[in-house]
Amino acid sequence: MANFPILSVLLALPVLGAIACLLTDAAKARWIALLTTLGVFVLAIGMWATFQVGGPQWQFTEYQTLFGKFSWALGIDGIALMLIVLTAFLMPICILASWRSIEKRVPEFMACFLFMETLMIGVFAAQDLYLFYIFFEAGLIPMYLIIGIWGGANRIYAAYKFFLYTLLGSVLMLIAMLWMVNYAGTTSIPALMETDFPVEAQNWLWLAFFASFAVKMPMWPVHTWLPDAHVQAPTAGSVILAGVLLKMGGYGFVRFSLPMFPEASGTLIWIVFGLSMVAVVYTSLVALVQQDMKKLIAYSSVAHMAFVTIGLFAFNRQGIEGGLIVMLAHGLVSGALFLCVGVVYDRMHTREIGQYGGLSNNMPKYAFFFMFFTMASVGLPGTANFVGEFLALIGAYQANTWVAAVATSGIILGAAYMLYLYWRMAYGTARTAEAAAMPDLDKREFLLLAPLAAATLWMGVYPESFMAPMRGDVEILLERIDRARPQSDSQPTPGRPAAAAPAGHGESHGAAPAPAAEGAHH
Amino acid sequence: MQDFILILPELILTVGGLVLMLIAAWGGDKSGPLLTWLGALLLVAAAVFVPGVLPGSATGMAFGGLFAGDSFAAFAKLVIYAGAAVAMLMAMSWFGRDRDYRAEYPVLILFSAIGMGMMVSANDLLTLYVGLELQSLAAYVLAAFQRSDTRSAEAGLKYFVLGALASGILLYGISLLYGFTGTTLFEGVAAKLADGVATGELFGLVFVLAGLAFKIGAVPFHMWTPDVYEGAPSPVTAFFASAPKVAAMALLVRVSVEAMGPATEQWRQIVIFAALASIVLGGVAAIGQRSIKRLLAYSSINNVGFALVGLAASGVAGVAAVLTYMAVYLVMTLGTFMVVLRMRDAEGRPVETIASLAGLSQTRPMLAFAMAIFMFSLAGIPGLFGFWPKFLVFDAAVQAQLTWLAVVAIAMSVISAFYYLMIVKKMYFDTPAPAYAPTREPVGSALLVISALIVSPLGYLAIKPLGEAATTAAQALF
Repeated sequence: MANFPILSVLLALPVLGAIACLLTDAAKARWIALLTTLGVFVLAIGMWATFQVGGPQWQFTEYQTLFGKFSWALGIDGIALMLIVLTAFLMPICILASWRSIEKRVPEFMACFLFMETLMIGVFAAQDLYLFYIFFEAGLIPMYLIIGIWGGANRIYAAYKFFLYTLLGSVLMLIAMLWMVNYAGTTSIPALMETDFPVEAQNWLWLAFFASFAVKMPMWPVHTWLPDAHVQAPTAGSVILAGVLLKMGGYGFVRFSLPMFPEASGTLIWIVFGLSMVAVVYTSLVALVQQDMKKLIAYSSVAHMAFVTIGLFAFNRQGIEGGLIVMLAHGLVSGALFLCVGVVYDRMHTREIGQYGGLSNNMPKYAFFFMFFTMASVGLPGTANFVGEFLALIGAYQANTWVAAVATSGIILGAAYMLYLYWRMAYGTARTAEAAAMPDLDKREFLLLAPLAAATLWMGVYPESFMAPMRGDVEILLERIDRARPQSDSQPTPGRPAAAAPAGHGESHGAAPAPAAEGAHH
Repeated sequence: MQDFILILPELILTVGGLVLMLIAAWGGDKSGPLLTWLGALLLVAAAVFVPGVLPGSATGMAFGGLFAGDSFAAFAKLVIYAGAAVAMLMAMSWFGRDRDYRAEYPVLILFSAIGMGMMVSANDLLTLYVGLELQSLAAYVLAAFQRSDTRSAEAGLKYFVLGALASGILLYGISLLYGFTGTTLFEGVAAKLADGVATGELFGLVFVLAGLAFKIGAVPFHMWTPDVYEGAPSPVTAFFASAPKVAAMALLVRVSVEAMGPATEQWRQIVIFAALASIVLGGVAAIGQRSIKRLLAYSSINNVGFALVGLAASGVAGVAAVLTYMAVYLVMTLGTFMVVLRMRDAEGRPVETIASLAGLSQTRPMLAFAMAIFMFSLAGIPGLFGFWPKFLVFDAAVQAQLTWLAVVAIAMSVISAFYYLMIVKKMYFDTPAPAYAPTREPVGSALLVISALIVSPLGYLAIKPLGEAATTAAQALF
């Protein structure tokens, strides 16, 4: 087991599946894709099971000097592990979601998705800077095709916008990488994470990486590609976009921006906080007035991603762990919400909220799942989002009280737009005859939503399973960035000796302090 | 004797080319296919005897320093011969349909290849000029190869007039350099430039660079490129876009580094300007094109701009990056043209509009797939091999403290990504246009598959050997 190149197998398997898909007809391609993604999922679970929590930071490492200037270096820490598991978990669901809704050019569609899976896993598994960049950028090609071929009416515009926007964001990062390798003399990510770059250069490098990750994330104001891409992409494309592709931005911050440029992260933190504060409030308000379901969820993604950035840049344990959990939770919940949209879209072929209504009458099972994921998105305690958002907000409060205050308002706005959406969709009477005649979930659709609901619940009730592998890595990250921690405006002064000790706030362990949490929400 | 061993590839091609010409004269146009295969064989034979290719073969200077048989020339020659051979084979079946293939075609390409070989081996301003003219004269004839087609004749005339002008500029520069330094040998010129660049020398340098910029089609001397590319028969365009570009670029590198090395600060500004101008113009002007050949002409201008970024960086890394760039570019551009050669309407007439590519992924999926690989690769999207040369060029620029140049150039590369994406969009997103006539060209298909495989992610496995060869070649200049 120790020498089994599991990461290479994880990368190779979807490619082989994709080639097999291209060579067969539609029916076989569906099954090949499903079996391949399930196989990858089993392997990923196996990896999770054998991952030694508290063991070495980098596990399952592989190293081949294949390419001269850079190498085939793979390896994962706990953060990458969780994101790979998320990817592998979402992929079979995506394939199943496209089972019937994709009718034309099925083999190509499945091949694109399988290529996409390899590239996404590659991003998280790469331990070589250039290898990471190649995986990171190459993902644009299949996604461009997925949006452009199988997307909605305005798909071509959306495909161009997605491609060129993210490409422009990323090219500057490449130059920064070239500079870094030139300075440090190594392309190994673990080595670069321990390299101290000159402080005056850090700001530039940080900005170059930020340009890329902020677009990917996406942060306000460079988020405008996301609603277009989401609305036009087929359901499975939206799921993978929201579930995994957006996480690459957050992963980039944790893997590159923070540990490689701690000083710059400290000095330029105002950019992150400022943009995130705007994003939380502004995109929530925009989401409130949307008439298109997918657009609404897309804008809510931008708001949720702002919690991630706020948490990650809080420079403390609660914040970073919270940001990471929000990433995972959002991957599950927004993916599920897009699937919910996909279910009714397959029946009515419209995403306009005004065409629906009263779905709880004729689609009770659907209404249940939709309700569950709506609540999860709002951050109801007991669901995954709650854990992450609560931790991120605790972290943010310790870093900057103003940021925490503004971000918390986002939770209220989030509840507003999600509940408003649910009200218009599920309650009252149907606005159109077609909506009233829609059949409830069939077995396949049930099979799509149930695992997501289970995972959301699991992460909400017992987040320790997901936090444990990441704890050690957050610890290492904290040690690394501690020297650059910016001055906080939250300075609890010791009150009467009978009250809590001043250290109490900072040391409180943030796993699941349930009673305090409810207070923060209501 | 040593001298003749060093020019053995040129000797083989010269003698072989003359023999082929005699066969063509007596055998008539029927002998065309045979001559093509013989020509390709001659190029392979010449490639084997390039100094430095066979282990233990002699390398060095021939004829008192006029002609360099070093590893730089060897790298460039191998790429050039490969490009010329492929261009020859591609043309055979394309012309063959209208029975307008004539036996001179492979002979002209062979003569052009001799000229190109001399260009990259030139270590003297006059050798340089002779090689350049030999290559160009063959190229002028090739551009006008379809005598019955007015566009082809126009292309030949335009190419000739502008090419002659460029030759004049180049010669003027050479005469200035000779006048002010008293020598035409590269080392001699460099030695004179080392003690300060006089105004006259500076003028000579500028004129030489202007003449060579014309040959590589860099802005602002690019105007001939779209017209000639569009007018010349497609296989000839493919040839123009590949081997001669490599030769001219290698020549420019050698002149810049060996003859003008001490004046690097002076020519660097010129090269940087030409690089950025080419990248921007090649990117912006291509967007509105309707003809695929014109689009590829602007694409070549764009790519030359990126290669010039490597030259601006100079040093071993920069020169190696330029060489790698041109080698990979040759494969990408020949592959793209192989797809273009297959664009024929139902009656078998060649089609050149981009609009006719619409929906190709549904009418001809494999062809569309290959084209998509070439387009993404030309755009430099990672995952495909076209990314790698761009990467090397930017890496060299960063190493040479020209980070700003790399930043500007890479940001501009997004513009050019747009029109490559446009082709992919046409092929994959649009509703199908009338399908192209089916083709049966086993040789062409094999070449197409090979070039697509090289450009695909599998190409990354070639990074190590290619990088080592390019670095050895680049070290020959320093």
